[in-house]
Amino acid sequence: MELDSLDRDLLNIIQSDFPVTKEPYKHLADSLGTTEEDILARLERMTENHTIRRLGGIFDSRKLGYTGTLCAMKVPAERIGQVADVVNAYPGVTHNYIRNHEYNMWFTLLVPEKKDIEKVLAEIRIRTGLHQLISLPAVKLFKIKVNFDLTEG
Amino acid sequence: MITGLEKDIVRILQEGLPLVSRPFLAMAERLGITEDTLIDAIRDMQSRGLIRRFGAAVKHQALGYTANAMVVWKVEGEDAIRAGEIFSAFAEVSHCYLRENSGGWQHSLFTMVHGKTGEECHQIARTMSKASGLTEYLVLFSTEELKKNSMKYFTEE
Repeated sequence: MELDSLDRDLLNIIQSDFPVTKEPYKHLADSLGTTEEDILARLERMTENHTIRRLGGIFDSRKLGYTGTLCAMKVPAERIGQVADVVNAYPGVTHNYIRNHEYNMWFTLLVPEKKDIEKVLAEIRIRTGLHQLISLPAVKLFKIKVNFDLTEG
Repeated sequence: MITGLEKDIVRILQEGLPLVSRPFLAMAERLGITEDTLIDAIRDMQSRGLIRRFGAAVKHQALGYTANAMVVWKVEGEDAIRAGEIFSAFAEVSHCYLRENSGGWQHSLFTMVHGKTGEECHQIARTMSKASGLTEYLVLFSTEELKKNSMKYFTEE
């Protein structure tokens, strides 16, 4: 994927300082010395090629009242696809990765009510017959940085 | 607390901001409110922290950060707090959480480390180890992505 320097400057700004104003794209165009049409065309291109995953609000799940946790599960290699189908069917499972450890399946779970965490995990144990599933809720948050500086790249 | 209007705003914002000249006007019309009301409400949700960040979520693999590792550290008590603060100062660390130990899991300090290559992630972990004095850690790479979605809030009401 090719990004020119204006694409990079644009991504840098809109990752953290997207203007919440009536004409945000015009505002971005003015600060970057280009036209609104150019900004919109660049954003369309970068959305289509998935450089931009989403443009909108990134929410604090806790402040919206949700409870989250990170779960780890020991899954036999030959059952990964089938177990992933069970786990991924829950809308609150947003990320699921296989990692190089005996606890090989790692997924995040977000639910509207705290009590739902144990309920979902109990269901997963029953549906998969696998019991080595642990929940590791965060007790302290030191850093969440979701924007990357592109000016050096 | 979150109001009914704010839940509506969350639902519509998670669909993505339209690429039109006045995106907030387009959204406000769908919600049956004015553009000014919507903009004021979004700014209020930002100031209260309900919206942690407004803008683009960028795929970091697309930007050359092709490797990432979950590096987990065996540490307890005050040492965990001290190490968490040290690790947070690393630009290559995007996330740093202390998690509850359960089911025998003992590596309770979690860091997400980003680099250009797997070896670079190992190198960053070694630097973090020296900086913190923590020597018991695991570098866990993802070998397969089974799901990666943005959360859809308030969809069941």
